[in-house]
Amino acid sequence: MPKDHGIGASQKRREDVRFLTGRGRYTDDINLPGQAHACFVRSQVAHGRLNGVDTAAAAAMPGVIRVFTGADFEGVGGLPCGWQVTDRHGQPMQEPGHPVLAQGKVRHVGDPIAVVVAETFEQARDAAEMVDVDITELDPVIDMKAALADGAPKVHDDLSSNLCYDWGFVEDNRAAVDEAIRNAHHVTTLELVNNRLVPNAMEPRVAVGDYNFATDDSTLYTTSQNPHVIRLLMGAFVLGIPEHKLRVVAPDVGGGFGSKIFHYAEEAFCTFAAKQLRRPVKWTCQRSESFITDAHGRDHVTKIELALDKEGHFQAIRTETYANMGAYLSTFAPSVPTWLHGTLMAGNYKTPLIYVNVKAVFTNTVPVDAYRGAGRPEATFQLERVIDKAAREMGIDPVEIRRRNFITEFPYATPVAVEYDTGDYHATLDKLLEIADVAGFDKRRAESAKRGKLRGLGLNCYIEACGIAPSQLVGQLGARAGLYESATVRVNATGGLVVMTGSHSHGQGHETSFAQVVADMIGIDENMVEIVHGDTANTPMGMGTYGSRSLAVGGSAMVRATEKIIAKAKKIAAHLMEASPDDIELKDGRFSVAGTDKSVAWGDVTLAAYVPHNYPLEEIEPGLEETAFYDPSNFTYPAGAYACEVEVDPDTGKVTICSFAAADDFGNIVNPMIVDGQVHGGLGQGIGQALLEGAAYDESGQLLTGSYMDYAMPRAGDLPSFTIDHSCQTPCTHNPLGVKGCGEAGAIGSPPAVVNAVVDALQRAGHSNVTHIDMPLTPSRVWAAMQG
Amino acid sequence: MTKVSMTVNGKPVSGEVEGRTLLVQFLREGQGLTGTHVGCDTSQCGACVVHVDGKAVKSCTIFAAEAEGAEVTTIEGMANPDGSLSTIQQAFQDHHGLQCGFCTPGMVMSAAALLAENPKPTEAEIRDYLEGNICRCTGYHNIVKAILAASGQDVAVAAE
Repeated sequence: MPKDHGIGASQKRREDVRFLTGRGRYTDDINLPGQAHACFVRSQVAHGRLNGVDTAAAAAMPGVIRVFTGADFEGVGGLPCGWQVTDRHGQPMQEPGHPVLAQGKVRHVGDPIAVVVAETFEQARDAAEMVDVDITELDPVIDMKAALADGAPKVHDDLSSNLCYDWGFVEDNRAAVDEAIRNAHHVTTLELVNNRLVPNAMEPRVAVGDYNFATDDSTLYTTSQNPHVIRLLMGAFVLGIPEHKLRVVAPDVGGGFGSKIFHYAEEAFCTFAAKQLRRPVKWTCQRSESFITDAHGRDHVTKIELALDKEGHFQAIRTETYANMGAYLSTFAPSVPTWLHGTLMAGNYKTPLIYVNVKAVFTNTVPVDAYRGAGRPEATFQLERVIDKAAREMGIDPVEIRRRNFITEFPYATPVAVEYDTGDYHATLDKLLEIADVAGFDKRRAESAKRGKLRGLGLNCYIEACGIAPSQLVGQLGARAGLYESATVRVNATGGLVVMTGSHSHGQGHETSFAQVVADMIGIDENMVEIVHGDTANTPMGMGTYGSRSLAVGGSAMVRATEKIIAKAKKIAAHLMEASPDDIELKDGRFSVAGTDKSVAWGDVTLAAYVPHNYPLEEIEPGLEETAFYDPSNFTYPAGAYACEVEVDPDTGKVTICSFAAADDFGNIVNPMIVDGQVHGGLGQGIGQALLEGAAYDESGQLLTGSYMDYAMPRAGDLPSFTIDHSCQTPCTHNPLGVKGCGEAGAIGSPPAVVNAVVDALQRAGHSNVTHIDMPLTPSRVWAAMQG
Repeated sequence: MTKVSMTVNGKPVSGEVEGRTLLVQFLREGQGLTGTHVGCDTSQCGACVVHVDGKAVKSCTIFAAEAEGAEVTTIEGMANPDGSLSTIQQAFQDHHGLQCGFCTPGMVMSAAALLAENPKPTEAEIRDYLEGNICRCTGYHNIVKAILAASGQDVAVAAE
């Protein structure tokens, strides 16, 4: 029987009612009295010397209040980077400045140069066209390897080169890995590209700055996944506003996928300008503007080598990756190709020796940072592709070669510095074979062949590190932030609860699932629990939502705070019933004395806490409100196995996804319906990466895919219905809920399944030379592969 | 500036607009109906779909002045008269057909137009009809399921 309430129940989402009736409140729905509108003037060239900005004509346009340029930001801080990577020689990464508005140079198409603030957006936009920008174009660097060549133009004149860092991991393993590969029975080598993506949350970014000159308080309304992080970064490093004078509000947010983690120039600008002008300033991103300002994702070029013994056991892995940073270091960019990527190179397998080298490179392109999965899709893709290739080269079944190398004993310390707490990779693979009906593939393939189509089957496993992250560990690795999460549980006198969390929901349904957890612990109706998030003024300092961390870290903070509430409530109940607190039991919202028929209701206790007439005031304070900060002791390690079946049209190269199956182990599950939805969405993005999406720059640094006319977003007709299962559950051993996180799995696990399936289809059709095709697998690429 | 009058969600409204004012701006900024969203600038994403004289229209693609005299329905006008969710809205909630909610108003308006034209669509017909609505959260799986359910079809059977 499915559960009908509490942890494990597929509760319908309470947030849906407002979204389905047009009563959501997104940032662009906020309009403040006296509000002015901002329009940015952006660089139209990828690289140039900024000689001057003439704002006179724009300033004279109707409705214009003021035109800002880089000169207005002299003495103001730049956008900070939150992670410092140390290179393989022990030196810190090269870290360039990142001005709010361009100073002296422009470094990518979209780099902000000036801003017009006017009475209406239309007036601001009209005037922005009158800003005269004098730029001397410089040769850009777009290709990463070209950017590292001797004499290449430098993106940042004050750095020694375009190399941000050359990272080796684990550097001490390098010689042993080289030796193992030299002496191996077989080495499979694969060179591949992990294509650059544009995150494309459906809600474009918006910022509204407000300033109260009477109190000297600033407020920023913004589309953020982590308002506290924005407050700290913008207040402390850019504008010099202490936290108690700065409030950041992220109301309903229309998707993030990583792109709304980062602190962007427009947020700092609107907050700054509101104070300068003493009136609210609003900026709403146009979609074509978001393509050249939102941080992009992925963009790795990799060579991976896998050494095997004659039975197909993995002996060693060596990878070399070029990772594009774009023109500046976005907030967490340096961590993505390193600590979120290198640490996952063991995958689900007991490979004893691994060495990962990553060269991060500055180019004249939009900054690149975390996008759904962030580093882990790049690790999974290269590993699961090279395993498939190795299986084919050695004549071993792709399922069998994986089984032969699975980690089966936990905890398992990988050679890349992480310790998997628990998992059962055979179980998810067995489940996958069942739900994907792999046994019936040959029959389906024959049926496809009758229609002239080439059918292929691709499988892979994945593992990810979620529940980000133990603060002391990431501090050693270069993080300039802690990665705990917080919750305050406030019980009202009549028994209802308000839970204030530092996590942020922008599609994940926290208002529903978090309430399930707290209500379940106390045994009360979920409707008695309200979840508050997204406003630094009424939530404790928390790090926000990304890295599939909200339930594992934020949920654990909520559990800890609720445990404190229950402990205190038991003392109050003990007093009311004249019993020992040790004898009090809480069940279904009632406190009883063990072994007696004495009991009091939850509401009796909460009322006593706030009307403390009969109350042990000498022992405990009145009131019932507790806060907890939870810092995880390890990452969590969701894992699973995915299968994709495709049909390839031999005449056109068009790939159709016939079916996609996913078997995931997320540990314990609070709301199965929401978990299903998270997997579906991740699969949509992963299949989009594999078949459709790719940000393309031309040699001059113009983004060729700068709108939905050019960048192929997955539409309903591009995707199948999915077959998914998460009944294999090995609960996380180190957080109180036993949960692992589910938000990124689909995007991590699905690209290799699609590419493996297409290569399989072509191999089976006799194209034995086709061992890899770079994503996205457009018809032209697949067709070209079949010709060659 | 020209004066434009129309009926929105059953109520007569009017306002002064520039020639270039889009219907979506008139609804969001002029009428405070912020349920209709703007997700792109190339008429691709469909977050702004409303009904104009019963037809699904991207309200970023027509000028407010072109809707002179029209009957316009937005997401705010889709619930039952007693405020409860309509069949299509309820199906989206029941089947988890939305996550961040930003594309949702356009999806619901397109889905309602589809069912008005084709009361028992197949899964393939639904996917084809939603060509002009982009969702980044759901992978469309549960949106398709919700529309099948709203059409009164057995979700499990119809999805085969």
